[in-house]
Amino acid sequence: MAPEPDDPVLTRQDVAKVAKLALLDLSDEELDRFTPQLAAVLEHARDLQSFDLTGVPPTHHPFPLVNVFRPDEVELADDVREEALAAAPAVEDHQFRVPPVLGESA
Amino acid sequence: MTNPVTLPDGTPVTARAGLASAVEVAAAVRSGSTSATELLEAHLARIEAADGALHAFNHVTTERARADAAAVDAAVAAGQDPGPLAGVTVALKDNLCTRGVPTTCSSRILEGWTPPYDATVVERLRAAGAVVVGKTNLDEFAMGSSTENSAFGPTRNPHDPARVPGGSSGGSAAAVAAGLTAVALGSDTGGSIRQPAALCGVVGVKPTYGLVSRYGLVAFASSLDQIGPFAPTVADAALVLETIAGHDRRDSTSIPQPAPALSAQLGDGVEGLRIGIVSELSGQGIEGFEPEVLARLHEAADALTAAGAKLDTVSVPSAVAGLSAYYMIAPAEASSNLARYDGVRYGLRREGPNTAAMMAASRTAGFGPEVKRRIMLGTYALSAGYADAFYGRAQRIRTLMISEFARVYESFDLLLCPTSPCVAFEFGAKADPLTMYLNDVCTIPSNLTGQPAISVPFGTDATGLPVGVQVMAPLLGEAAMFRAAAALEGSR
Repeated sequence: MAPEPDDPVLTRQDVAKVAKLALLDLSDEELDRFTPQLAAVLEHARDLQSFDLTGVPPTHHPFPLVNVFRPDEVELADDVREEALAAAPAVEDHQFRVPPVLGESA
Repeated sequence: MTNPVTLPDGTPVTARAGLASAVEVAAAVRSGSTSATELLEAHLARIEAADGALHAFNHVTTERARADAAAVDAAVAAGQDPGPLAGVTVALKDNLCTRGVPTTCSSRILEGWTPPYDATVVERLRAAGAVVVGKTNLDEFAMGSSTENSAFGPTRNPHDPARVPGGSSGGSAAAVAAGLTAVALGSDTGGSIRQPAALCGVVGVKPTYGLVSRYGLVAFASSLDQIGPFAPTVADAALVLETIAGHDRRDSTSIPQPAPALSAQLGDGVEGLRIGIVSELSGQGIEGFEPEVLARLHEAADALTAAGAKLDTVSVPSAVAGLSAYYMIAPAEASSNLARYDGVRYGLRREGPNTAAMMAASRTAGFGPEVKRRIMLGTYALSAGYADAFYGRAQRIRTLMISEFARVYESFDLLLCPTSPCVAFEFGAKADPLTMYLNDVCTIPSNLTGQPAISVPFGTDATGLPVGVQVMAPLLGEAAMFRAAAALEGSR
């Protein structure tokens, strides 16, 4: 559902839901602080409603570029696998190691 | 009056006496009359003396810089030309990847991360003989207008350490203003080069989107981000931009054209150029412009008129909505770009019983409050039910703004407005996020339209704090933009 101009812009529950979607664990104190701050930004953004945008398409990119092609040629690049893996928090057998994806570790 | 940071001999760091420009440095090093090593040591001594008070740098690459300077000197001794930036010291915003040197974005989540590659701009600077002296402080992930959002503490304004240097590239601006380096690079997503340049009294350039490769720039908002130079003079900024611009096939948004020639035309003047003062960005209909900032703007307009340009005022009605459009589009793109910081491949990890919990714990511990706010704002603006009303509308405002500016540029060659509505403010003065965002009103339109803009120092307020004037140009209009900037600089 699209929000109506008179809807309350943002509730604490909305912020908690958005934080979950964004993979952030917010404390109660953070939820209390962020809710009015984000609501104020959305309130300011109501001025977007005051323009007639009938027939105006969206802009995704400011410069008129389309697909960029190059020849499909094999090139030798620096082998940075070890350097890249060295930056990882946990590595096993040249792969990134993570906790269980399904279920929980014992 | 201001109370600038001083060197041990009592000289203000902002005094330029004894500091050569990048153009002068490169000429002297190429001719062999000065050594790159000697120049580097002078900058390292200033860093040692003043950066404790300023905190412009996250990391000073002393030994690498000495090796690079020695290589430049060896090339000159062997009769080779090290390049157009021979011996010129450069500081890099710490969101530009440097192989083997930590790149933190001033965030705990990337603390200690060392990239396995150099950004294209870093390769090009070093190939031109420049000497990288270190990585500069920024608002975390370039989100902010004061550097107060750095996880490692703020940078201080060299003109008055009680005040912010602006942001997000505050470290680069302060480093150039204090002579800790000849020039620096920053990134500009909504004003992050131009606003700190204005607040620190140096030149700052946001080039046309796509003119400078973004390969190796840690992404914030990919359709808005652009790398550009900070320099003490317009000619130095032109020299650096000529070096870093030009097509790079590693960035698919890079414009397939060579770098523009800027330096050769700097002295061509502004005779006959039509320059419009944008009323919406000069205090008409938007509040918060300081009277002294507007006074300097009108003096700048008079200076351009005296130099032969034709000045007039012009209206761009959608410019007032730029702020709201930006604060939907930039956070939306950021929420997507910053999804990669999940504790799996690099950066901070906090353990959890499963992967999802580990990711959330890592992100929660690694991101500061402003980054969390922007991620949430963007996630909300893109969420089901709201995407059309917020993100979609913002993107259509962007189209409206592009067409309005295109129409204005049928009658004008360049546009003029302040860079920032205010001079450098005190720490904590804009603690409310929306109040801080409103500070970006003059710089945001160029990012939304992709057009270039430059901030030129133009006098001070009554207390001696720098004021910046912004010249804007149509896409790839850098040559005329730099000519007007040089005319403004020359009129002081």
